[in-house]
Amino acid sequence: MNGRWRTRLLAGLAAVVVIAAIYFPKLKRKVRTSAEISQPSEEQARRELTTAAPANPADPKVKARMFWASDEDESALSPIAVDLALSTDPVLRAKQVLNTLLAGPVNSDLRTLPADAALLAFYLLPDGTGVADFSEALGTSTPSGIQSEQRAVDSIARTLEANVPEIKRLKILIHGQEVDTLAGHLDLTQLFIVNTRAAQPPTLSYGLPLKPAAAGAKSAAGAPAPAAAKPAKR
Amino acid sequence: MVLTGAQQPGAPIQAPPYPTVAPPPVQRTGLNVVVLDPAHGGTDPGARGAQGIRESDLVLDLTFLVRRALEAQGFQVLQTRSGNENPSFDDRSTLANAQRGAVFVTLHISSTGLPGTVRVYALPDLPSRASAGGVLSWDYAQASYVSLSRKFGDAVQGQLAQRFKGSPSNVQTASVRQLRTTASPAIAVELSSVSVQNRSDLDKMMPGVADAIARGLAAFRPSYVLPAEAGAQP
Repeated sequence: MNGRWRTRLLAGLAAVVVIAAIYFPKLKRKVRTSAEISQPSEEQARRELTTAAPANPADPKVKARMFWASDEDESALSPIAVDLALSTDPVLRAKQVLNTLLAGPVNSDLRTLPADAALLAFYLLPDGTGVADFSEALGTSTPSGIQSEQRAVDSIARTLEANVPEIKRLKILIHGQEVDTLAGHLDLTQLFIVNTRAAQPPTLSYGLPLKPAAAGAKSAAGAPAPAAAKPAKR
Repeated sequence: MVLTGAQQPGAPIQAPPYPTVAPPPVQRTGLNVVVLDPAHGGTDPGARGAQGIRESDLVLDLTFLVRRALEAQGFQVLQTRSGNENPSFDDRSTLANAQRGAVFVTLHISSTGLPGTVRVYALPDLPSRASAGGVLSWDYAQASYVSLSRKFGDAVQGQLAQRFKGSPSNVQTASVRQLRTTASPAIAVELSSVSVQNRSDLDKMMPGVADAIARGLAAFRPSYVLPAEAGAQP
């Protein structure tokens, strides 16, 4: 190879390097963008998998009791009857009622859980401990404070108590992890009593005052409030 | 080394030949110190309201007023923070747990609740987890003090109910994380709320809250009898 050809070859290689240097960042951006479009986040993927707890048309419609805030006293809870086709499987049933609780009542002012929170998973252990795994929004969007955090947990526990008798205790996880507090105050390292008749210590109890059922929502809530729904005894 | 008769192996141990001072009797009763805990701080502002109201700032101001009211009643007072720091839950409990004859008061401003009301919280029953050696588990340090905490909480809540219309007349139970690791009578006091339009609305409440806590503590003082041993119920 003479010097002339060598020069041409080197010039060609240099041109390839320059073109690659210009094109590579564009290619990188393109790959990243397409990856973002095609691959949902881990939490989105879990939501898609777990929120699918569709009602089976064969399941009978029942009056489920949902514990949202009372319209008379925002710090108290009030049971509202909602027609739902609930599964007989306790895990599916728990998912259905918790998703309904998260969806909120007609009057959004009476929500007890943030609108952007989602149930990621629900498990039921053989000893009757229900494990509810919520998205991070449950912690970041629940108003900070002892009263508001207690109300959020109570609404979950009482709704499960009223509709899924197999659940005796409740453990709340955030994005699959145990966290110290819900939003800075309420202790989530502990178990909460769900079924006060069946649950055995060691557990923590809960104790918000309970308001009577709202007018027009009496059918399922007409039954006497369970013992757990009374203010905590001291 | 030459052993005297009394020092022979197997000989009974005799009193040392130098004068001894009898140790002071261990004081098992008596309220000696009040630990005040302005919640949050540092990077954790706590509840946030309109016009930049931050719970962490407000509770620090409230703490100074409560401290003054308690010192006027003759109580010794310690604070878990005096500036914009954020000690951990355990560090805050450690300060109280290192004292003999302490009570612990953690101060909060909520996001919710009827503005102008104040609630006092104590823990629900905790499992007592004393080990064989009588050493109480740190995670359940409050277990032996729950009854005293509720008595203390009732005394303070009674005073608050007289000053702030709409406040409950008795202490409420809630699983407040800060209280669980505190080995002394311990309560949380929460004012409503950061949702007020003007910070001055909360500032006006503070002297009344401080006075109620001081008077409640004075009323509780005769009931203050510490558990005889760690892990025993008072």
